[in-house]
Amino acid sequence: MGRITLKKVQKSFGSTEVIPPLDLEINDGEFVVFVGPSGCGKSTLLRLIAGLEDTSGGTIEIDGVDATGLPPAKRSLAMVFQSYALYPHMSVRKNIAFPMKMAGLPKAEQEKRISQAAAALNLTDYLDRRPGQLSGGQRQRVAIGRAIVREPSAFLFDEPLSNLDAALRVGMRLEISELHKRLDTTMVYVTHDQVEAMTMADKIVVLQAGVIEQVGSPLDLYHTPRNKFVAGFIGSPRMNLIEGAEAAKHNVTTIGIRPEHIAVSGESGDWKGVVGVSEHLGSDTFFHVKIDGFAEPITVRAGGNVDLHYGDTIYLTPQADLIHKFDGGGLRV
Amino acid sequence: MARAVSSNRKLLNTLIAWTIGLIIFFPILWTILTSFKTEAQAIADPPIFFFFDWTTENYSVVQERSNYMRFLWNSIIIAGVSTILGLIIAIPAAWSMAFVPSKRTKDILLWMLSTKMLPAVGVLYPIYLIFIQLGILDTRIGLIVVVMLINLPIIVWMLYTYFKEIPGEILEASRMDGASLKDEILYVLAPMAVPGIASTLLLNFILAWNEAFWTLNLTAAKAAPLTAFIASYSSPEGLFFAKLSAASTMAIAPILILGWFSQKQLVRGLTFGAVK
Repeated sequence: MGRITLKKVQKSFGSTEVIPPLDLEINDGEFVVFVGPSGCGKSTLLRLIAGLEDTSGGTIEIDGVDATGLPPAKRSLAMVFQSYALYPHMSVRKNIAFPMKMAGLPKAEQEKRISQAAAALNLTDYLDRRPGQLSGGQRQRVAIGRAIVREPSAFLFDEPLSNLDAALRVGMRLEISELHKRLDTTMVYVTHDQVEAMTMADKIVVLQAGVIEQVGSPLDLYHTPRNKFVAGFIGSPRMNLIEGAEAAKHNVTTIGIRPEHIAVSGESGDWKGVVGVSEHLGSDTFFHVKIDGFAEPITVRAGGNVDLHYGDTIYLTPQADLIHKFDGGGLRV
Repeated sequence: MARAVSSNRKLLNTLIAWTIGLIIFFPILWTILTSFKTEAQAIADPPIFFFFDWTTENYSVVQERSNYMRFLWNSIIIAGVSTILGLIIAIPAAWSMAFVPSKRTKDILLWMLSTKMLPAVGVLYPIYLIFIQLGILDTRIGLIVVVMLINLPIIVWMLYTYFKEIPGEILEASRMDGASLKDEILYVLAPMAVPGIASTLLLNFILAWNEAFWTLNLTAAKAAPLTAFIASYSSPEGLFFAKLSAASTMAIAPILILGWFSQKQLVRGLTFGAVK
């Protein structure tokens, strides 16, 4: 079991309210990702759930039991930290054994769980090493191992991949997703990287300034963002947001169109522009096109072998049915 | 990239380092050498370095005239107990300042340090009077308390710097892992802080051992430690340099040996926080 319910949960530091009263339901077995820009309160929210911070108001229920006042250890949650937070003076084996030692598990059971976790995380050969002798990826695996052996009702991850290099990050991302499928345990994951959020989550919670902007599946958020903030935050490269005369044609304040929903032509189209910088990714190319009357260049996705160069004049046509419209308050129309 | 240093430059650097080292160590070396001379050789002009008749007579005279062991014992008790007592008070204080700081923590730390800037002689009178009132003048207990108190700001600062270096996330991880406050301190914090506590202990022991102002002013005969022992040889009847040197050598020998064996810890302790 691992159902977490937040009811009117609120957090203030002194007179600064970082999280206004907020409701959220995390279902058993779900992979939920909190995503948002730096300082949006996502880590604070995770720490409130963990019990590392006290709430200023509201209740946190775990499996139907009010856990608001419980100490971290009594919440049956395991946490993986950004800095790994391994015990530097203990071997990998002792690090993984620590929560079981604290819980007073019999030695035999401890050994059994350690070898299972080590096998699952490719750590068997490193059990007698100290964390200082491991690479970043291995350290992160030890931190995950330490979380797994507790058999918690939910895992909490606080930006666990931020300290890893790009290649390792992709690998660990897959490993964590795989782990979730295998264990079928609730996971709450905090990241500022929307690619991580999109690729791993069952459900994404987009936060800004402590406020939940939208909750939904990755594709829900991608296709029907509730407001301008979510539209701009989810998706890479980000959605083109256009204001002014062009938006007025649609009777709204802002229109949005994703880079892949724009047709490129050399002869004719709705918008005439000049090709600026282009980014070649091999499979795709992203062109930044300057258009007269638009405040910002428009990003367009094209195939990997499109023959366009800096300074070329081209015509763009957005797919009419895929244009997102937002009112003056930023809400979807 | 490491900075390239030519071998000539290296030689020069080595020479300079040795010269400075010898200049600093010279007074101690001279004291030790003088302690093995006769009184006449000790004041010879020009001074004699190595080629004199080595004698241990001064040591036997010093031992006969005053009971070295009693002074040594007082020094050990005063330095040892004041250090341990200081640590017992400073560890929880530094702990709370490092891990549960309040708005005033920084001010308290600065205030504590500011007490070290006050000239000791400024509070000599009141403390002397308090000692008389309490009847603890020339007692070990009185000295232990004073020495402990004057070194306390330094111990708290040192330990605070050490504890600050321990990442809070590790302690939080242990809390998540089910560790109680006792387990957290016993299994996680203490093993990580041991090097810091050890060098604080050593440095404080040396400071307490060398403390002369209060030990000279607040003792007479009973509780006098080695500092008073040395001072007793600079008598008005004229200075006997060889004997004074023998007494000084005997007084500094224990702490010099302790310092020699623990220099690694000490250097680490003094430069901690300077380089991460």
